[in-house]
Amino acid sequence: MENFLNQLLSGLATGGLYASIALALVMIYQATHHVNFAQGELAMFSAFLAWTLMQGGFSYWAAFLLTLVLSFIAGAAIERIIIRPIEDKPVLTVVVVFVGLLFVLNSVAGWIYGYDIKSFPSPFPANAWYASRFMSAHQVGMITVTLALLILVFAFFRFTALGLAMRAVAQNPVSSQLVGIRTGWILALGWGLASVIGAVAGMMAAPIVYLDPNMMGGILLYAFAAALLGGLTSPLGAVIGGFVVGVLENLAGAYVVGTEIKLSVALVIIVGVLLLRPSGLFGRTVVTRV
Amino acid sequence: MSRSQINTAGFAALAVVLLALPFVLSSYHTFQATMVIVYAVALLGLNLLIGYNGQISLGHGAFFAIGAYTTAILVTKVGMPYWMTIPIAGALCLVVGFLFGLPALRLEGLYLALPTFALAVATPQLLNYNRVAPLTGGVQGIMFDKPDSPVLPLDQDQWLYFFCLAIAIPLYIVGWNLLRARTGRAIVAIRDHAMAAGAMGIDNAFYKTATFGVSAMYAGIAGSLSAIITQFVAPDSFPIFLSLSFLVGIVVGGVASIPGAAVGAVFIEFVPNVASEISDAAPWAVYGIVLIAAMYLMPEGVAGLCRTLGNRLETRRPAARPAPAPRRAPG
Repeated sequence: MENFLNQLLSGLATGGLYASIALALVMIYQATHHVNFAQGELAMFSAFLAWTLMQGGFSYWAAFLLTLVLSFIAGAAIERIIIRPIEDKPVLTVVVVFVGLLFVLNSVAGWIYGYDIKSFPSPFPANAWYASRFMSAHQVGMITVTLALLILVFAFFRFTALGLAMRAVAQNPVSSQLVGIRTGWILALGWGLASVIGAVAGMMAAPIVYLDPNMMGGILLYAFAAALLGGLTSPLGAVIGGFVVGVLENLAGAYVVGTEIKLSVALVIIVGVLLLRPSGLFGRTVVTRV
Repeated sequence: MSRSQINTAGFAALAVVLLALPFVLSSYHTFQATMVIVYAVALLGLNLLIGYNGQISLGHGAFFAIGAYTTAILVTKVGMPYWMTIPIAGALCLVVGFLFGLPALRLEGLYLALPTFALAVATPQLLNYNRVAPLTGGVQGIMFDKPDSPVLPLDQDQWLYFFCLAIAIPLYIVGWNLLRARTGRAIVAIRDHAMAAGAMGIDNAFYKTATFGVSAMYAGIAGSLSAIITQFVAPDSFPIFLSLSFLVGIVVGGVASIPGAAVGAVFIEFVPNVASEISDAAPWAVYGIVLIAAMYLMPEGVAGLCRTLGNRLETRRPAARPAPAPRRAPG
């Protein structure tokens, strides 16, 4: 029983990571209907950035905040420079450019920092009061951070003018433009926010999976599964999907298939969701006119 | 010279070069040339699917792996001669591809990219799985002997080169014939407008799954050949990056172009070798930059570029035929 509880709770903790990356994927999908294959590598790059800043003498939280700001700028810049020209091109073009971006980010990180793994500090002290027999302080911290992100994203969309503008652009770009919303900048903003969410996920993941250019490979796959399960159009769905996938992955790894082939769990979830309920648990069904 | 005369001359020159290559190259370079042929087969299969049928697969490395493992297992465990394993590997991949394509035919564009991506990421782990390890050899993989040349004057590498060439050329002819016949028009019609194709009586579901199956078969045959020429398979030989470099090959060579598949094969065999002399990370950096740049500068790859140049040259001449209608990009 105790083992089961352990697996369940650590599943929830890693689920928090998947949820954050899935949330970032949904931010971009909602606005542009693109699935960003490079989202994991962006998060990895942000984590390396934070590591560099800390090596340079910044305290953890200073490096954390600075990384968020820089990630926001980088995300918005990538949208404006690389993604903008191919926005309306066929799906293949978009997928190819994202895969190219994945290659570039991964190899540039490898080029600068090398492929040996580095340790990354956790902001949550190991002996904090919320640490327990079942969950380490970092795991509790990760779940809290994910939930905080979700609340912030929800509040942003629900209570701010910018959030409203973003929802409008996602639903009807042409009409939004007619009422004076600068759709181009809104899309860049969406990318910037997605990068910030990814950066948080990267910095939360790094203490567990260690820092190296390929650290996000598996996480990205589970995040795809999470985002599809929750529905690519629903931030709440992405977070719930993340936690569900995390728990499923851990329980399946412990009791069903063994830890060796845990990645296939993601494959099964992805194929299953696409077959049974392509819009996900909480997503809108999109009807297109022909 | 008319265009068909130029084509004939080009084919003759190509044939001479292909036949002469293994006699002028060192045995290592012959091996590389053989790898190009193998990649060319895999890329042709993937191009059938992505370029002509408009279905995106990021996971053909998985079928390549199935083909390679089928050959390695049949040669070492059953003691079958290596050439006999190739049709079996191809048939197996045809079936597996068809089955994977069954659910996939409900998915369009992006939604097919995701499960195939997941398949490619999960492949090395699945090959390593302890229940199948007795068969696949686990992390160590499987090694076997290099086949001897049955033709006397040829050494082993030269023999393998001609062996692969003799399999690749019929596969190219089959692919070319498939595409210019009724079947090919159906495949392309589905890419251009699935609903209109359906209204004209094309069985979308059948053609999409069958194309997926055939394209997996090409990848499987290529995988089988790669196992024969390297005499080694291991889970680490089939990472997600293998599948993604197939995508690179197609984009560079030219989406929806048969010669383009061969050009792409040359690219993915040699560019990483050259680039890795700069840095370990360089090949992937080059791939990434090339992918992005190709989408902006030459969306139809090298083949498209040649076509455009050829058309321009021809329209300058007075007796030129009218240029063919511009091709629509797939999607």
